[in-house]
Amino acid sequence: MSQPVMVASTLQAPTVPDSRWIYLDNVRQKKGPFTDEESFDASGEAVSAMEKMKLLVIGAGGLGCEILKDLALSGFKDIHVIDMDTIDVSNLNRQFLFRQSDVGKSKAEVAARFVEKRVKGVSITPHNCKIQDKDDEFYMQFNIVICGLDSIEARRWINSTLVDLVDNENPESLKPLIDGGTEGFKGQSRVIFPTMTSCIECQLDMHAPRAAVPLCTLATIPRQPEHCIEWAHIMAWEQEKPFPKLDNDDPEHITWLYKKALARAQEFNISGVTYSLTQGVVKNIIPAIASTNAIIAASCCNEAFKIATSTNPSLGFEENYMMYSGNDSIYTYTFKHEKKDDCPVCGNIARNMEIDPNFTLEEFIESLAARPEAQLKKPSIRSEQKTIYMQSPESLELKTRPNLVKKMGELVEDGEEIGVSDPSLGSVNFKYRLRFSKPFKSH
Amino acid sequence: MTEVVTDQTPPLLNGPTDKEKKYDRQLRLWAANGQQALEDAHILLLNSGSGTVGVETLKNLVLPGIGKFTIADSSVVTEADLGVNFFLDEESLGQSRAECCVRLLQELNPDVKGDWFPKQKGEELENLLSVDQKYTLIMYSLPIDPRSLALVQEYSRQQKIPLVALHSAGFYSYFRIILPGSFPIVDTHPDSTATTDLRLLNPWPELSDFAAKLTDNIENLSALEHGHIPYVVLLLYYLKRWKESHGNYPTTYQDKKAFREFVSAGARTDNPEGGEENFDEAVAAVLKTVTVPSIPSSVKAVFDHKPDDAESSSSFWIIADAVKRFYEKHNELPLPGSVPDMKAQSSVYVQLQNIYKAKARQDVAEVLETVRSHPHGNEIDIGEVETFCKNAAFIKLIHGADASPVSIQTIAENEFQSDENAPLTMMPLSLLPIYLALNATSHVPSASASDILAIISKDIPDAASNPRIVKVAEEVARANGGELHNISALTGGMASQEVIKIITKQYIPIDNTCIFDGITSRTQVLRI
Ligand SMILES: [Zn+2]
Repeated sequence: MSQPVMVASTLQAPTVPDSRWIYLDNVRQKKGPFTDEESFDASGEAVSAMEKMKLLVIGAGGLGCEILKDLALSGFKDIHVIDMDTIDVSNLNRQFLFRQSDVGKSKAEVAARFVEKRVKGVSITPHNCKIQDKDDEFYMQFNIVICGLDSIEARRWINSTLVDLVDNENPESLKPLIDGGTEGFKGQSRVIFPTMTSCIECQLDMHAPRAAVPLCTLATIPRQPEHCIEWAHIMAWEQEKPFPKLDNDDPEHITWLYKKALARAQEFNISGVTYSLTQGVVKNIIPAIASTNAIIAASCCNEAFKIATSTNPSLGFEENYMMYSGNDSIYTYTFKHEKKDDCPVCGNIARNMEIDPNFTLEEFIESLAARPEAQLKKPSIRSEQKTIYMQSPESLELKTRPNLVKKMGELVEDGEEIGVSDPSLGSVNFKYRLRFSKPFKSH
Repeated sequence: MTEVVTDQTPPLLNGPTDKEKKYDRQLRLWAANGQQALEDAHILLLNSGSGTVGVETLKNLVLPGIGKFTIADSSVVTEADLGVNFFLDEESLGQSRAECCVRLLQELNPDVKGDWFPKQKGEELENLLSVDQKYTLIMYSLPIDPRSLALVQEYSRQQKIPLVALHSAGFYSYFRIILPGSFPIVDTHPDSTATTDLRLLNPWPELSDFAAKLTDNIENLSALEHGHIPYVVLLLYYLKRWKESHGNYPTTYQDKKAFREFVSAGARTDNPEGGEENFDEAVAAVLKTVTVPSIPSSVKAVFDHKPDDAESSSSFWIIADAVKRFYEKHNELPLPGSVPDMKAQSSVYVQLQNIYKAKARQDVAEVLETVRSHPHGNEIDIGEVETFCKNAAFIKLIHGADASPVSIQTIAENEFQSDENAPLTMMPLSLLPIYLALNATSHVPSASASDILAIISKDIPDAASNPRIVKVAEEVARANGGELHNISALTGGMASQEVIKIITKQYIPIDNTCIFDGITSRTQVLRI
């Protein structure tokens, strides 16, 4: 009998026979006609290197559940998943790792346990929190980040964080970011090499926000059922405060809004207000199905697999974006989205912006939310000379608040450069060179 | 933007039912009637090969609540299955793959029934197909043994059941849909931006009168009234004036540009905003809405189709014939009757909506009269006629696989011809080689590149001299018949979208083969 040997607890013996992965090994241990020979390594070393890679999945919803399954069956062994949400009954039609009995539990935890149990030998670490709760050190440990999110703000935050992590002296600091998104029968997947290729912020105008309905339409001349619902949501609720705080997930609250909207619609002879539409407008619900999540998640994981193994060329440096549409037949468009020199995250040149100097600062700030390339809801603004408006801290907000009613022509010169930022989006920092479109009338 | 389906039922003051809550995100796409069609469906999967692409397709049908599914698969679960198929676990090793997959798929949705075949070893596929069991749709995965394939093809032809072939190997896949006969769709869900039909160049009396009344005294209207004239009315007013001075409506691009200027000049600029939003909307709408009505080629294809005896008594073809006659008489399709949102006073907008709705109802009544004159026309629901008229410009006909077949040689010639021009046209290369190479391995678990090329050469004699085909054959040989989970999951996602479209008869399915290249991340749809 030999002496027992101490083994580090992290070095688990493989419990799965090699024959389990023969299909993966067909491509991992044999090059193909399109394989780049310089980066491909057919030896077993490449497989074990891949198994040591750490991947981060952001979001454990419709896309996230699929991504976790796909990565586990792609031969990745060390996966982390981060999601702050809990399971809702309306998730069950597509988020296939969850059951009725899981409603109310953490998505990240339930998803991680399920895939770990199903696919032997994979480790999935759940993080039940916001992505903003984690620091640079946390993100630094991963080799690839895959996003399956429905929030533009969260995408912008992780994008700017990964761009900031890049240190040219340290190749490990460059984390490929793969992002997927779906809406109904449509979706897109994209691969980003932060600082090297077009980033989420460069592509922001591809996902323009829906135009908001002017408040005066809601208040005085509604024409559509949506106008009545928005009126109930924005105006009637504030006025009547039927419950202390609006909870979009509380059916009682939605029912109150629905009844208000319905009464208003009847008053103006508008038809079409339903409970379902009310819920859709108030929660900004995007239709979602299992099929589309499967397509987009698998596309993302296929790219992750190719990046990790070099078995075939991946999206990234040439083509980096795949658009998918299944409404009318199947149509995909795969193309290269160019990096922008004036990107507020990965570029450094100021963009030109024409403004009416007679607009107040408040009007200018509102216009930033609607601009497709900016979509800034709570921006802080600095000029070369001074601080124009700060959302926080409170003391600075108070100090700069009087500027809101001033005209832009009073605050900046024609041709002056301003910096616009929003801490909730990470280090996104827009540089705009302002050009006056009209003469400034100071009185 | 996806058009969201709104509930047509009268408002209930109670909240949604449990089922509506669970299926909320999909009901917004295919509504209650689409959901009912799914719940009435029974799908058969004939599974073979490494067996994942079909199971991944089923997963995306079980989740949204398909009624029933059956998996026929005589394989026993091996180690390799556990490395690619998520709906198997350690306990499945050595057991029936069909039974294990059904068990784990069924867990996804308690509303769905699952069954498997064979229950006993050695039971023949004939037994399953001869049972008095009506399937809505049959899928099979490749490679498959030729005898089973012939059986299922014959069965689906006889029973007139759509058949879906799925083949995934390595980084490649394709799936092909064989529809039994022609497949018409009314509820195609066009983009909401495409459906605006305002008839500005051919207004009917009620619309003209309404516009004339609102603009009678346009110069003297108050700022509020002037700034809230709906753009439809503005365009009608300026079109009338344009015609009076030019003798005809603006139809060329040059004329329309000049007309835009003419409309724009009517806006009042002596206000704090320096312009009027309704005029901006009118100017922006000129190019799209000031158009001579023309009939889309897809609708013409429906009108030109000669339905066979079986088809001609179906409600679709009876209504289609009535709409065709309507078109022949009026030289325009029935009016859809919807009005896009525009700057306007609430009551004026509602009046305008009612004028369009009234005309649409009138058109429906005329079509309905023709429908009722058909021997089977009395059985047709008025709601069906209404839906047809509303979507008339977007109805679509997909022909069955047997209609006007084109040889694979001809397809290949066309595809490779356009590949030669690809460097000039900047178009991506054809994915036909992927179909050819996978198709060459339809009945064998794996094959060498030279075997694959030899089989392709039977149809395409110079295949071995086409470097693309050679490379693709090598890539297929590399996979050795094994599926990659990602490629099968992606293919299963696409195939399930198509199955949903066929079962719900909503949106437009592919015609008829979709090829996927997981190396370049592209798809191509070809009729093969
Ligand atoms: Zn960028």
